[in-house]
Amino acid sequence: MTRTLVIVGHGMVGHRLVEALREKDVTDQWRVGVVAEETRPAYDRVALSSYVDNWDANSLSLAPHDDDAVELHLNDQVVHIDRDDKVVRTTAGRVQPYDALVLATGSIPFVPPVPGRDLPGCHVYRTIEDLDGIRATVEAAHSSGRHAGMVLGGGLLGLEAANALRGMGISPHVVELGPRLMPLQVDEGGAGLLKRLVEKLDLTIHTGTSASSIEKDGDRLIAKLSNGVELDLDVVVFSAGIRPRDELARSFGLKVGERGGIVVDQACRTSDENIYAIGECANLDGMVYGLVAPGYSMAEVVADRLLGGEAEFPGADMSTKLKLLGVDVASFGDAHAKEEGALEVVVNDAVAGTYAKVVVSDDAKTLLGGILVGDASKYPLLRPLVGRPVPGDPVALIGPAGGGPELTLPHDAQVCSCHAVTKQQIVDVVNSGEAVDVPGIKACTKAGTGCGSCVPMLKKLLSECGVEQSRALCEHFDHSRADLFEIARSTGVTTFSELIGKHGRGRGCDLCKPAVASILASLDNGHVLGGEQAALQDTNDHFLANIQRNGTYSVVPRIPGGEITPEKLIVIGEVARDFGLYTKITGGQRIDLFGATVDQLPQIWARLVDAGFESGHAYGKALRTVKSCVGTTWCRFGVQDSVSLAIELELRYRGLRSPHKLKSAVSGCARECAEARGKDFGVIATENGWNLYVGGNGGFTPRHAELIASDVDTETLIKLIDRFLMFYIRTADRLQRTSTWIESMEGGLDHLRSVIVDDSLGICADLEAAMAKHVDNYADEWRGVLEDPEKLARFTSFVNAPGTPDPTISFREERGQNVPVLLGVPEVSR
Amino acid sequence: MTPVCELSALQPDRGVAALLPDGSQVAVFLTSAGTVHALGNIDPFSGAAVLSRGIVGDRGGVPVVVSPVYKQAFELTTGKCLDDPSTGVPVHPVVVTDGVIQVGSP
Ligand code: SRM
Ligand SMILES: Cc1cc2nc3c(=O)[nH]c(=O)nc-3n(C[C@H](O)[C@H](O)[C@H](O)COP(=O)(O)OP(=O)(O)OC[C@H]3O[C@@H](n4cnc5c(N)ncnc54)[C@H](O)[C@@H]3O)c2cc1C
Ligand code: SF4
Ligand code: FES
Repeated sequence: MTRTLVIVGHGMVGHRLVEALREKDVTDQWRVGVVAEETRPAYDRVALSSYVDNWDANSLSLAPHDDDAVELHLNDQVVHIDRDDKVVRTTAGRVQPYDALVLATGSIPFVPPVPGRDLPGCHVYRTIEDLDGIRATVEAAHSSGRHAGMVLGGGLLGLEAANALRGMGISPHVVELGPRLMPLQVDEGGAGLLKRLVEKLDLTIHTGTSASSIEKDGDRLIAKLSNGVELDLDVVVFSAGIRPRDELARSFGLKVGERGGIVVDQACRTSDENIYAIGECANLDGMVYGLVAPGYSMAEVVADRLLGGEAEFPGADMSTKLKLLGVDVASFGDAHAKEEGALEVVVNDAVAGTYAKVVVSDDAKTLLGGILVGDASKYPLLRPLVGRPVPGDPVALIGPAGGGPELTLPHDAQVCSCHAVTKQQIVDVVNSGEAVDVPGIKACTKAGTGCGSCVPMLKKLLSECGVEQSRALCEHFDHSRADLFEIARSTGVTTFSELIGKHGRGRGCDLCKPAVASILASLDNGHVLGGEQAALQDTNDHFLANIQRNGTYSVVPRIPGGEITPEKLIVIGEVARDFGLYTKITGGQRIDLFGATVDQLPQIWARLVDAGFESGHAYGKALRTVKSCVGTTWCRFGVQDSVSLAIELELRYRGLRSPHKLKSAVSGCARECAEARGKDFGVIATENGWNLYVGGNGGFTPRHAELIASDVDTETLIKLIDRFLMFYIRTADRLQRTSTWIESMEGGLDHLRSVIVDDSLGICADLEAAMAKHVDNYADEWRGVLEDPEKLARFTSFVNAPGTPDPTISFREERGQNVPVLLGVPEVSR
Repeated sequence: MTPVCELSALQPDRGVAALLPDGSQVAVFLTSAGTVHALGNIDPFSGAAVLSRGIVGDRGGVPVVVSPVYKQAFELTTGKCLDDPSTGVPVHPVVVTDGVIQVGSP
């Protein structure tokens, strides 16, 4: 007979229970009904702070329960439990009988009773809706031009909230009642360093004090601290701890703990044998756990019990590792040396900005715990060793990099604490061939899919098992793009067929063909449509134009630095008018003409080339634009001629094929009107010369470029950019922008600086020579096509009816211009 | 069967579009292995008549063309979409006689 399980609450733990039960319940003994108060299904609350990166709630989604045996009722709340009849009632009027009931009601943020805590602009930090609310407050505040915020609570969550505020352009004050930041995880020494590091990042820390009141002052909030300090604020976020949601248990006679939480036994059963409680609402052995991993363990226990098992709560690992505001913090095991006789070994390197402590047993033989601040790279290795023999001298464990012993983990050590996965389980799936890479291990074992801190260890285990991490370009080449580049460069191979014949397999695909085409083009192997290269190109490069959603193309002539004469503007206008092209100023300081059919492209370009225009490479993984501001010529603040430099750079690097597109900008002074720091390479004028920034981009994950050289003259600047670009072209992966390339480099920006500024690899002369060759060999691609009848021949609509326009393309008018009429996607049956 | 062009007009691993008498469009490909294939030219994911402009290659040894718009792969011999087997494009019969490619209706 099927029985009915009712779960109250669909947070991460309730979600996990459904998953675990459905996985184990192969004979469908249970039907599951979930009543969830929130309006959306469970999402990754642990990663909530990442929501401010893109404001895309979908990126937090957990796997949906795609399962007929599971019914999820959102936006409804259980308000009544009838324990005798075994029925729950909800606000929506649902009456739900159960055979077993699980309370997974989580917790709510604790808001201390500060007068003024309910004023608009005061928020908590727990749900997507909370963050939307904070954002709305911050955006309203931004328009008035002042930005400061207060986070009440200096724990892990408080610092996360402060970081989120900072991401929204707010300078945060963090107010902590205790004597130090993160009192639960970090000791005094570690917290001292943590405070120093975060204060450098525009956080103001107030410890040993609290808010005594919050008052409204016009559209601002004034917070008075108990130490007399007054803060003038736009927004307040409370992050002063959580309280378990045990109200149902209290109202319907289940036992609750002295300090809250629904009391459960090792089987997670409450004082009613048909009712369980799991996650943050449960009180087990007098503890309420505010972390997700213990909640997941409880969900597994209940799933097992419901199917007649004997599982018990295995105990919780309270270890944490996080990167807060770019600062690594990790705390594991008996971090505060509470165990009788425990000894502490501390390495506190104030110069390097790292603090490390290990706690060992009184005989120094067993590792008990530790704290790492500033550099937590040893965490994935040390945490699983807690409770095990110390390998060698404890000081060596946390000594300077390279000094420590080469550690290998025992097989039963837990590698992923979020999902309780041991080294053995991982090694098994790797050795059996089920998993060959990190994504594979994630899929097979769930390891690495929680906080992600064990991922470096997963990589290490893969190589311990002898699995080389594949950097293969695609199924046709085992080589990375960088390796293929070196092969092509050193062997002088100039065709794809030779390269795949000697170094790959099969016929190639849409990944390797354009990548190899780009490599061959970077090595200056003639026109991109010359000979066999033509077949390798993506449609954009094949037609030297960007394809649009209706199969037409766009035309973007180069307008270096954004500077254009009225005569040339008129030509663009005339061409656009004569061919009926939609015309738009782009974000790159030039003009895009949309809606050209394949057969119109050569006619359009003939007129543009005649007027002195060249390809703008809007279609290529190549240099796009070098934007400029007006600079000294016109602007009263300019300190250098930014337009001249931008034009010089754009002409120098035009046509340069690269792993991904390249963008640049030059600003005439620190006001930065050209947004140079949003570019792959950006230049900002100083009184004495130029500052060069590298590794910026907009797009999905915007990043600011970082300073790599300052106050250099124009000649030095160009040398540095030559080297930077060539080094990137030679060593980056396919479709890797400069920012991620620098990030993935061992040693990051410092290493890059040593290579291109200090010439630590001795390759700078070679890089400069390669760029000089590019500059000498540059020729306009569109002119090349117009002068070659064979290349021109491919620009026809139909091979058997060259003059006939494509009947699927049509336009309608919007605001006086042509825009595409989109055809419904045809029904295709097979 | 409609004659569309000479075989020599095709470049290996690249396609051309041709118009059939009933107004429909086909994408005709010559692979580097020397085989000729004809598929419906309309990409079912974008609705645009562009399959002839995709990159030809193989996926796991199966010869495919990849749509230039959203990059789904279509098997050259069956028209089946490898990224979404519930959809695909029609396959047209093709013969080469005296160096001329002829395409029929699916
Ligand atoms: C036309 C334009 C939008 C506009 O109307 O202003 C545009 C249009 C396209 N952008 Fe863009 N981007 C345009 C400026 C930008 C900018 C702003 C800038 O350059 O200052 C950005 C952010 C800056 C950056 O790139 O870092 C931008 C970030 C992107 C991205 C995301 C890149 C990333 O690293 O995440 C893509 C996708 C990609 O390249 O893979 C993209 C891709 C595209 C493509 C090529 C998508 C496509 O494959 O069809 C669009 C077609 C262009 C066309 O058909 O001509 N576009 N795009 C702008 C052309 C600038 C130019 O003159 O060349
Ligand atoms: C910003 C942030 C960062 C965090 N970072 C970490 C971290 O790095 N590591 C870590 O381990 N943990 C972290 N946590 C904590 C972690 O998110 C929680 O431990 C975990 O989500 C708890 O899950 P839960 O399912 O027990 O509770 P909840 O997620 O609170 O889910 C309970 C659900 O039950 C619903 N509910 C309550 N009462 C009823 C009712 N009567 N009827 C119907 N529905 C009801 C609630 O609306 C809620 O949706 C973080 C939390 C936050 C907010
Ligand atoms: S960046 Fe400086 S020089 Fe350039 S326009 Fe802005 S204020 Fe003027
Ligand atoms: S330890 Fe968090 S994902 Fe593995």
